[in-house]
Amino acid sequence: MIVNVLLFAIAKDIFGKPKLEIELPANATVADLKLELLKLAPTAEDLLARCVCSVDQQYATDDTRLKSDQEIALIPPVSGG
Amino acid sequence: MIEFTDQPIDSNAVLASVSTPAAGANVLFLGTTRQFTGEVETVELNYEGYESMVLKELKDIRETAMQRWPIEKCTIVHRYGTVKLAEASVAVAVSTPHRADSFAAAEWILETLKQRAPIWKRDLRPDGYTEWVEGNPVDF
Repeated sequence: MIVNVLLFAIAKDIFGKPKLEIELPANATVADLKLELLKLAPTAEDLLARCVCSVDQQYATDDTRLKSDQEIALIPPVSGG
Repeated sequence: MIEFTDQPIDSNAVLASVSTPAAGANVLFLGTTRQFTGEVETVELNYEGYESMVLKELKDIRETAMQRWPIEKCTIVHRYGTVKLAEASVAVAVSTPHRADSFAAAEWILETLKQRAPIWKRDLRPDGYTEWVEGNPVDF
């Protein structure tokens, strides 16, 4: 399946675009997605370890299973306020 | 009222939005752009957010606060885009019958927003260098 991943802030700078299309096996999890992102940006390992993912605007644990029609985002460490 | 806006925050309007005869305490917190962090000088901050999720998180934070404290009204406003020195990037206003609850609730709301809201800021320095402020990994 293909999932769309929204990128923000430093993650958008590192990947050079605001959205990525990532090919994943069916039943892939957030952890699988992070491994694919690491392949695309091996130098961003430290940052990726500090990122979480959201699925349909909810923070999601690494074992959350993904579907292609969900809104998935990579959330770098936040600095609001 | 919950807002994520690129317009300057009208702090009087934020405070007025929580006014009610039921409250004896009204707390307004404004987070503003600070010029110096230690030796490092900031010229302005640029904020970016994941808008749909920011609105959801702010609503969730407000709802949780309203379950924890006897809040009459609560407003949370955060800006995106450029926020100049001394301008507010965030406003939290809470009204409660008594002051201890509005102080405690406003502080909890701000701390929780800083931990959870998907918002990022980039610091502009006098020499034109910009850098994303090192944030906190979301703990949920």
